[in-house]
Amino acid sequence: MITIAFFKAAIIAGTPLLFATLGEIITEKSGHLNLGVEGMMLMGAIIGFQVGYSTNSPLLALLFAAIAGAFGALIYAFLTVSLRANQVVSGLALTIFGTGFAGFVGKSLVGMKMTDEFNYFFRDLKIPGLGDIPYLGEILFNHDIFVYLGYVTAIILGLYLYNTGKGLNLRAIGENPAAADAASIPITKYKYLHILLGGALCGLGGAYLSLAYVPVWQENITAGRGWIAVALVIFAGWNPYKAIIGAFLFGGLDIIGFRLQGTAIAISQYVFDMAPYVATIVILVIVSFRKSKKNAPPKALSEPYFREER
Amino acid sequence: MQFRIVKKAEIGKKKRALIFLGSIFAALFVSGLFLAFLKLNPFQVYIAMLQGSLGSAYRIEQTIIYAIPLLITSLGVAIAFKMKFWNIGAEGQILMGAFLASYFALNYSHLPRPLLLLIMFLAGFVGGALWGIIPALFKTKWGTNETIITLMMNYVALKWVVYLQYGPWKDPNASGFPRIANFAESAVLPELMGVHVGWIIAVLLTILVYFFLNKSKKGFEIAVLGESVNTARYAGVNIFSTVVLAMVLSGGICGIVGFIEASAVEQTLTKDITGGVGFTAIITAWLGALKPQWIVLASTLFAILIQGSSYIQSAFGVSTYSAQLLEAIVLFFVLGSDFFTRYKLIIDCPILSRIKESGK
Repeated sequence: MITIAFFKAAIIAGTPLLFATLGEIITEKSGHLNLGVEGMMLMGAIIGFQVGYSTNSPLLALLFAAIAGAFGALIYAFLTVSLRANQVVSGLALTIFGTGFAGFVGKSLVGMKMTDEFNYFFRDLKIPGLGDIPYLGEILFNHDIFVYLGYVTAIILGLYLYNTGKGLNLRAIGENPAAADAASIPITKYKYLHILLGGALCGLGGAYLSLAYVPVWQENITAGRGWIAVALVIFAGWNPYKAIIGAFLFGGLDIIGFRLQGTAIAISQYVFDMAPYVATIVILVIVSFRKSKKNAPPKALSEPYFREER
Repeated sequence: MQFRIVKKAEIGKKKRALIFLGSIFAALFVSGLFLAFLKLNPFQVYIAMLQGSLGSAYRIEQTIIYAIPLLITSLGVAIAFKMKFWNIGAEGQILMGAFLASYFALNYSHLPRPLLLLIMFLAGFVGGALWGIIPALFKTKWGTNETIITLMMNYVALKWVVYLQYGPWKDPNASGFPRIANFAESAVLPELMGVHVGWIIAVLLTILVYFFLNKSKKGFEIAVLGESVNTARYAGVNIFSTVVLAMVLSGGICGIVGFIEASAVEQTLTKDITGGVGFTAIITAWLGALKPQWIVLASTLFAILIQGSSYIQSAFGVSTYSAQLLEAIVLFFVLGSDFFTRYKLIIDCPILSRIKESGK
């Protein structure tokens, strides 16, 4: 049952989680806890599907999915950065909005499929050299282009956060906005840009679900993956590199119930359906009682910053 | 021209109410644009919504039946939110309350009706409270993020009820349908004045929660803890017991909703028993400023909105999701409008100020 095919499928199931987790990491690094991940993923999923369905162009579909996610993030950013509204409730409102939006737009698309020509874009591409490594090659380097984009995005974000001046500025804003302000970093601009970037990544994660993973439109296609991504941010200690491991681990948990069907293990499928959610709880509890400085959240997370208020 | 933002002094009740009303109208206006975009006349739609929810005695009863779970859940959620404990697990707490109440309904239906209903009421409370206490323990012991735990527990509860419905509790007499048997007469809440007695429970709970939050020592401690953990600690508040008690009440009250819905509305246990009320309650609790007297108003308004939108679905062919969109838009505007109760926007513009000067 635990075969190469299983691990390969775990990577695919983990890819939408990876995009959403990376999006939320970059958002939280700016000091904003956006609980609208589920909503932004759904907005990206439906807009990506709609655009892909009507234009038959994967690139346009992905572009508009990213824009849709960023649009959701823009509402959140305006409320929490400019109007200093409560971040938790604003994020929840965004999730409700995104769910309604996707349901509304997707009503007439339920059950629709993409053309073979469209699906060809998401075919498996073996990376020469790396793909020939025994076992690992098949698991990691024989995937569709979107999976590779996930690896690359995680590494770029890691380099950006820890090895560039702009990344340092961003982390400074998340840790101590007053000090960053005093160092004349344009805080509002940074916050908006990174919240929007985070939203775009969430939108792409959603689009992978509707365009490549499922790839048929169904209601509530994300099924709580946005929330698992919020938990994965904590699991990964706000570190994009660790997010790769976390996302693929949860990808495996996501599919294990389905894979165990019809095997010798006689446990109800419904119990295994709980696995990703129970695992999220267990892992969050474990992470929270072995806290370390390195894995701590940004200090100013979910505290609104107001220059005149000091 | 430049913008400056200045913090306002405390503003009056009247002005606050005006800003609130303004934001609701702004939300209706934006939703109206959206409706117009769909080539519908917003006024017609809004009027139809009112007719659909309040147009006849029957429709008013249906609206009240929807308002009952929404109001009670909002009260439960508000207790936790007051403490800044983000309990978004009401869905799961409702399901677990319904599960435990249903256990007694299905296995002890020979008991006299009042006794069985009382046991089911308590079971509903306990089921929800247990589901609420777990995240409270994690939070107080290890500081585990309660938002995600409560949300994940929603899914666990949902999968549990699905498991029961398709597995051990499946009704053998339902000719293969995955459903749980209907409750016996003795497990069904009676009606009073056209609506099941859940409405009396809702009214009583509103009064109780009002007095608990405003007049009791624990209620005050919850509010202090919500303002600042450090202040609460210096004031000698026992943080552990306060958080646990608040979540027992918050989860337990949501569990009662599970009991009411299973007993009076569905008359069985199903996975759809919450009808999404756990999430809508977050909005209504927040719109009601976490105060029971305002939550009654917010829940009633939302019940009208939701009933009305299911009516316009058949009348205009608008998807029920439009109700969810409308809810979110209202919430966005109310969240944003809070800014204007706390801050003042000053526009520094030389020409404007000169005009003002000369006007004097």
